[in-house]
Amino acid sequence: MTSAQETAVAGEKNAPNQSMPNADYTATAHKARVQDKVATGILAAIVGVIIVALVAIIVYILASGASKLVDVHFLTAKPEQFKAGGGIGPELFNSFYLLVLTLLISVPISLGAAIFLTQYAPQGRITNIAKTAIETLSSLPSIVVGLFGMLTFVLTLHWGFSILSGALALTMFNIPILVRVIQQALEAVPRDQRDAALALGLTRWEATMHVLVPAAMPAIVTGVVLSAGRVFGEAAALIYTAGQSAPVLSWSAPIWSLSNPLNVFRPAETLAVHIWKINSEGVVPDLSAVSAGTAAVLMVCILAFDIIARVAGRALERKLTAE
Amino acid sequence: MTDTTKLTSSTVQNPVLHTHDVTVDYSGKRALNETSLSFESGTVTALIGPSGCGKSTFLRCINLMNREIPGCVVGGKIVYHDINVNTKGIDTLWLRKRVGMVFQQPNPFRKSIYENVAFALKSHGMTKKEELDERVEKSLRAAALWDEVKDKLRDSAYALSGGQQQRLCIARTLALQPDVVLMDEPCSALDPIATFAIEETISSIARNGICVVIVTHNMEQATRVSNKTAFFYLGHMVEFGDTAQIFGAPKDQRLNDYLNGRFG
Ligand SMILES: Nc1ncnc2c1ncn2[C@@H]1O[C@H](COP(=O)(O)OP(=O)(O)OP(=O)(O)O)[C@@H](O)[C@H]1O
Ligand SMILES: [Mg+2]
Repeated sequence: MTSAQETAVAGEKNAPNQSMPNADYTATAHKARVQDKVATGILAAIVGVIIVALVAIIVYILASGASKLVDVHFLTAKPEQFKAGGGIGPELFNSFYLLVLTLLISVPISLGAAIFLTQYAPQGRITNIAKTAIETLSSLPSIVVGLFGMLTFVLTLHWGFSILSGALALTMFNIPILVRVIQQALEAVPRDQRDAALALGLTRWEATMHVLVPAAMPAIVTGVVLSAGRVFGEAAALIYTAGQSAPVLSWSAPIWSLSNPLNVFRPAETLAVHIWKINSEGVVPDLSAVSAGTAAVLMVCILAFDIIARVAGRALERKLTAE
Repeated sequence: MTDTTKLTSSTVQNPVLHTHDVTVDYSGKRALNETSLSFESGTVTALIGPSGCGKSTFLRCINLMNREIPGCVVGGKIVYHDINVNTKGIDTLWLRKRVGMVFQQPNPFRKSIYENVAFALKSHGMTKKEELDERVEKSLRAAALWDEVKDKLRDSAYALSGGQQQRLCIARTLALQPDVVLMDEPCSALDPIATFAIEETISSIARNGICVVIVTHNMEQATRVSNKTAFFYLGHMVEFGDTAQIFGAPKDQRLNDYLNGRFG
């Protein structure tokens, strides 16, 4: 926009100075300038519509759930089956617990895979096959991942509806995205960084771990936190893996008890699954308030992830480059 | 460390490094034809020639950096202290520690100034803090950078100017106490003042007995810093001799034309 304006202004200033501007040339330049303005206008309008729509959705969700958002009872109490006044305490805990477990499993695996693909795998056949597989997996509908998880973890391995089954399904869902993000982050590090490390007699492993990964860290952190937002809001992959029930949690319960919050073999309904469940089969009288409140909580958490991703990425970048 | 000194002092007459019929192919395409050159400690050798003639290709043979390029095949012998290093079994880590390289674009690591110099030392096994501090200071002094950075060693290397960054890259190379330093157009991204500072550094490290091989497009620079000059043309090493002779009395017609600006 500004550069277009500048060009236009510069063009107007220059025009009188030119002794005898060629008529054809002025006509073409004028046409190009009009074209530029029209295109800029159309693009700005499209972006405007999108932004308004998105902001409207966010504001609507937050406004509908605003009263619940600041209600400590709602945030900590257990859900009710039949009467009003239930909370989402266990769901909130489950969502974060599943997220942490998923990231603990998927980040190291994805980092390893991305490092192998960018630094070690011979470029060509293997990397192409891996790239295609990753693209395909990342566009797999999450309900398919969920059903695969049910067949494999819940039924075949007899883990039942459990946090572990859910975390592994989410890992499958998360890995392709993370591998791609980390791969791109590593590839964006200038080649001369690696050359410099190798020319100092460092091994490829040292060059990768001490030079490339730190240099790519801001982008990696941003990617991981953004993927965390996706994982946090995921429902379809969890309905048939982590299950749809939230046992009452008690920190004093022994680790093998289904009430122990950290027991990975207990079923665990998350916020997103809770929204889905109460809307499809809920009978509580305050159903729509609970649903709206849960959605608002979910939204605030994801917005927080987004902001953290930007801030952390930028802070790391600044620390590394001192700019 | 001790054997470096011994080797450099005992090889004043013998070249530290010589290449014998070195050839380079990139994916089957010849980029450098048989090149035989020898380099002595304490001297600066300039590699000149038009763009694309194979100067960088030749330079990257010496520390085996060409091995990092897929499809690149290096033939012939590269003899460093009587050891042919162009063999399968050679320890590239050892060689690259002894034969340092400075690149065309300043490429400090995204770390602090101190870490840029200390990092490779640590991974080569130097762990004592006092030893590291001492070596970092010595290297930064040798690269004529110490006075400018001594109060901000913990700042990011990217807070430095381009010329300072390049001297930091030289310091990081010198920290490993190499006896050969390869430089590929180290001043091409720098202004005349920064260039002058780097040239001073080159002369002083050569005075300390290091063998420097520098690629340059700047003829004045070659005459200012180098003792010997090799002229490359279209993948051939055409003429090699004392810098004064190469610029004052070139024997080959192509070199003569090149110096008179008739091509390239
Ligand atoms: N990585 C590579 N892969 C394939 N060919 C290459 C590669 N690097 C260089 N070449 C080819 O080898 C020849 C010599 O290139 P080189 O970079 O050594 O030239 P140079 O003398 O350093 O040129 P300049 O002065 O422009 O840096 C060129 O024809 C170039 O295209
Ligand atoms: Mg070059």
